[in-house]
Amino acid sequence: MNGGQDLGGMMGFGPIRPEPGEPVFHSEWERRVFALTLAMARPGGWNIDQSRFARESLDPGRYLTSTYYEIWLAGLERLLAERGLVTAEELTTGRPLGAKLPVPAILEAPAVEPTLAKGAPTSRPADQPARFAIGTPVRARLLNPRGHTRLPRYVRGRPGVVMDDHGFHVLPDAHAAGQGEAPERLYTVAFKASDLWGEAADPTVSVSVDAWESYLEPRGEAA
Amino acid sequence: MTTPQAAAHNHGHDHDHGSSLSPIEARVRALETILTEKGYVDPAALDRLIETYETRIGPRNGARVVARAWHDPDYRKRLLADATAAIAELGFTGRQGEHMVAVANTAEVHNLVVCTLCSCYPWPVLGLPPVWYKSAPYRSRAVLDPRSILAEFGLILPPGKAIRVWDSTAEIRYLVLPERPAGTEGWSEERLAPLVTRDSMIGTGLALDPADAP
Repeated sequence: MNGGQDLGGMMGFGPIRPEPGEPVFHSEWERRVFALTLAMARPGGWNIDQSRFARESLDPGRYLTSTYYEIWLAGLERLLAERGLVTAEELTTGRPLGAKLPVPAILEAPAVEPTLAKGAPTSRPADQPARFAIGTPVRARLLNPRGHTRLPRYVRGRPGVVMDDHGFHVLPDAHAAGQGEAPERLYTVAFKASDLWGEAADPTVSVSVDAWESYLEPRGEAA
Repeated sequence: MTTPQAAAHNHGHDHDHGSSLSPIEARVRALETILTEKGYVDPAALDRLIETYETRIGPRNGARVVARAWHDPDYRKRLLADATAAIAELGFTGRQGEHMVAVANTAEVHNLVVCTLCSCYPWPVLGLPPVWYKSAPYRSRAVLDPRSILAEFGLILPPGKAIRVWDSTAEIRYLVLPERPAGTEGWSEERLAPLVTRDSMIGTGLALDPADAP
């Protein structure tokens, strides 16, 4: 979706502001939001793409004026409410009121380390040949889906070149919509800055995104 | 997203329980209480998650990878060919590092990593990202005007040097392999590792000069 999260190319945010000491967390509530978000994925039964979609579904004005963990908290509350795991009344009163719903499993402390070490690989066996060979000129399709996508606005409709082929990966657009993994081939596609930003762009700069096959279309002219 | 206004901005519900908790502290505490009492979370698991990323996993892991690549040409080849496997040789695997790619800086090309859509970052080798990496100024401008970003970090590249920006839009996680500093010939991995800064592995910095070694 064209939400507040799709920031590439926006202006006016001012300078980078590194923090003295760069604390991993700034307060106890940030620690708890981080850990609750990681721990609730298993009982909640949602995947990383659904988590991302919950965060980017925030009103853009709110997204852009919230801190990072405020966004995480809002996303977690949304995921919990959507599944009835926590009701709006419970969030308001701060007390458990309804019954515990059956959940697939919870994350127990001894499982934390093996769960993190295993991660959640998104690669899947390839069951189709590559449509685009490395070096092929392609164009990012002009798409504006209402659901989740990982094709940023600044490359849509722009010409690029396939630089790498990562095999099949879970497609976030389908995964976030609860339509299964729908794996597709994933490519790295590089764009000249001038093809993204116009002739005034720095000629020494190129930018790549990782794009699933359905994000791309062939283009006739040479790269 | 890191402005003081934003930090002070109250998005939450009011919890007027007469406590000294801020609205967001009260909101998070209430949520944790509900989830714990309903049996959805194990509080000990939360503590373990926090401890892992606050104290155990951080950029010293990535520095070991880079130092080994500088020291061992065969390891460098393996790292550039299959970074996930090469990094796993040092024991760094798992969440947000399942599919790693290492990109090498050279005399001709400087690499810079960003996630314009959220905060994708290679956790097993760099830990959790700093606030600036997740914030709007960096995410918006890294793809539009990377040279201005580097300048803000004090890094002025030669005008002709190419800049390659990697926007982490999928589950591939990128680690920049910085150039080995001159004057470190014959150094051991252990001596090289402290020269590898966190920023040099994102691309917003270079490895330290031996004269500046900690």
